[in-house]
Amino acid sequence: MPRNPWKEAMERARHFLRSQFASLPGRAVGREMWEQLEEVLVRSDVGVAVATELVERVRSEAMRRGARDLPQLLQLLREEVAACLGPAQQTLRLPRDELAVVMLVGVNGSGKTTTLAKLAHRLQKQGRRVLLAAADTFRAAAAEQLGVWARRLGTEMVTGMPGGDPAAVAFDAVAAARARGYHCVLVDTAGRLHTRHNLMEELRKIERVLGRAQAGCPQEVLLVIDATTGQNAVRQAVEFSRAVRVTGCCLAKMDGTAKGGVVLSVTRETGLPVKLVGIGQGLDDLIDFDARAFAEALIDTHQP
Amino acid sequence: MRGGVFEQISRRLQEILRRLTGKGKLTAADVDQAVRQVRLALLEADVHYRVVKEFCARLRERAVGAEVMESLTPGQQVVKLVHEELRDLLGQRSSELQLEGDPAVLLVVGLYGAGKTTTAAKLGRWLASKGRRPLLVAADLHRPAAPEQLMRMAEQAQVPCFYQPGIADPVALVRKAASTAREQGRDVLVVDTAGRFQVEEELMRELTRLADETEPSERLLVLDVMTGQEAVAVAQGFHQQLGLTGLILTKLDGDARGGAALSVRAVTGCPIKFVGTGERVDALEVFHPDRMASRILGMGDVLTLIERATRAVDETKAREWEKKLRRDTFDLEDFLEQLKRVREMGPLDELVSMLPGWGRRAVAGLQVDERELVKVEAIINSMTREERRDPDIIDGSRRRRIAAGSGTRVSDVNRVLRQFREFKRLFRQLEEGGKRLQRRFFPLV
Repeated sequence: MPRNPWKEAMERARHFLRSQFASLPGRAVGREMWEQLEEVLVRSDVGVAVATELVERVRSEAMRRGARDLPQLLQLLREEVAACLGPAQQTLRLPRDELAVVMLVGVNGSGKTTTLAKLAHRLQKQGRRVLLAAADTFRAAAAEQLGVWARRLGTEMVTGMPGGDPAAVAFDAVAAARARGYHCVLVDTAGRLHTRHNLMEELRKIERVLGRAQAGCPQEVLLVIDATTGQNAVRQAVEFSRAVRVTGCCLAKMDGTAKGGVVLSVTRETGLPVKLVGIGQGLDDLIDFDARAFAEALIDTHQP
Repeated sequence: MRGGVFEQISRRLQEILRRLTGKGKLTAADVDQAVRQVRLALLEADVHYRVVKEFCARLRERAVGAEVMESLTPGQQVVKLVHEELRDLLGQRSSELQLEGDPAVLLVVGLYGAGKTTTAAKLGRWLASKGRRPLLVAADLHRPAAPEQLMRMAEQAQVPCFYQPGIADPVALVRKAASTAREQGRDVLVVDTAGRFQVEEELMRELTRLADETEPSERLLVLDVMTGQEAVAVAQGFHQQLGLTGLILTKLDGDARGGAALSVRAVTGCPIKFVGTGERVDALEVFHPDRMASRILGMGDVLTLIERATRAVDETKAREWEKKLRRDTFDLEDFLEQLKRVREMGPLDELVSMLPGWGRRAVAGLQVDERELVKVEAIINSMTREERRDPDIIDGSRRRRIAAGSGTRVSDVNRVLRQFREFKRLFRQLEEGGKRLQRRFFPLV
């Protein structure tokens, strides 16, 4: 049995959770059971539209294969979820032969800075030298927060004046990285609600300036989504993608009790892949997204 | 810009209910259809599954009851029902902060990234504006640079902040802060705590110990309004372990549908006390269930709008402007100041959406562009004092200079000047035609 980090993360929270299926009847397939399957999905933030569609698909598969009992149906549901997310399973693509630049974007409090620190650690473990760019010049003490991480990671950080131009910080960071022989620059941006037009413009400018600092940069723009977010995550993905060339999502805070089911709607609406998942507070707790493992954890039959 | 908290629920419900309000008689099928649509709208808005179930059951029961079926306008009765049920779900009335103790202690708790630190600073500012003497306490000793963030925000809020780097235990820190508060005549401690999941035992123990030792008169859960179905588990987790006294919803300036607000209120029974509506340190408003329910149903939120306006513009200023306009001495400097005050009230389209009959959809077509305002400001700022006082002297070469100075085009400068003249003309017309206008629009008064 391969290691399933989601399940491990959730073991910690286990005794707080009652199994979603404790109340499910073990008897034959009926209307009530389909409704309960849908409920399980909706309660994991999958969204009504996608949930209905998935249950519909399980229904016809069940007919085709003659599945009759709950365990079989749940297995079918897992397969459908995994199939739905399969194309969304992609890894980071960072060049080795030139400076790699990753920009992290997202709404306030989604977990950008912490994710950035973990990502830096991960890249360092691959033998890359990583420079941090504190382009959140808006939030009070954001640069200090990133600075603490830079010290812990034993690397440097480029920053600007509070209230200064974040695009200038990003530009300087790329120049500094080139001059000092870094392989990677990770750009932390200020949290912003996707409804704020002028702030989204600012993001666009940072991206543009990075491209001017070096052609093809940033190679990755990651949208950090808080796993506890409901259907609004879809709006976030749509609007951030409209402003900048988002290359993938990072699902943060999967170590709580939230199951992050909204990524099903996110990937369906935007086609964005999910590249990384945050499953804890340690520097090592950032892993590649795995559709199958995700499906297993989403439809979890563990009895307490 | 699209969206707005509760806007989606509100739009969906408005559509359903519009169909119903025209009807003279409701059939059981009508009620069924309406309830199904309400259910879907609430689920899509992230209201918790179980809460939706109960809401719909109650709605159905009441909708087929005599008060609706025997009414002459059954559709409107259903609207009234949904409004009542929503309002009940959100809490009956706004709830005051309990400030007991010397000093009174307010504990601000919540998940990671919910907005605790910002909210703590906003609470400090709000209390100060009510004549209290708050002291912020930076007791988030886990997140890197969290105390620095609170101290900076405290500066913005013009409220003192207590933090002592040597103390690693939040309980000791709050005790020290309390004695400092007593020495300095501060009467409320607003304690910012570290973010945590409700299932992190060690961190939750730290919090319960903090609560036991400091006897806070308020234990406030800060909750991101974008939270999904998990909001219920989070609120219940904190409530069971800590005994919450109230909720604060944050990030309401986005377009989250905000169903979490409905659910957490319903499952914890704790009142929602405040809502955060922006990044500025004064963007905190007392929560009014009735207004929110009205907003959901598209009745507008005029009361909130008026409150914001009075906060941004004091009465003497308004009278001064009026006098100047009447005497025709209102110049571009006044115009600029007025623009600034309006901007202080919040994003323009958000303001417009509070007006009755103006859904966000209507505003979307209007394209209220913040950047336009910035441009106007830049243009007026690039004028000399003489030019602002007497715009008539602005000739071609001055226009070119102003355009260059503000990074705009001459046509932009022309437009601002034209708008200013229009504005003054409009005001004069309103003045002169005041009586006539009043007769036309309020024929019954």
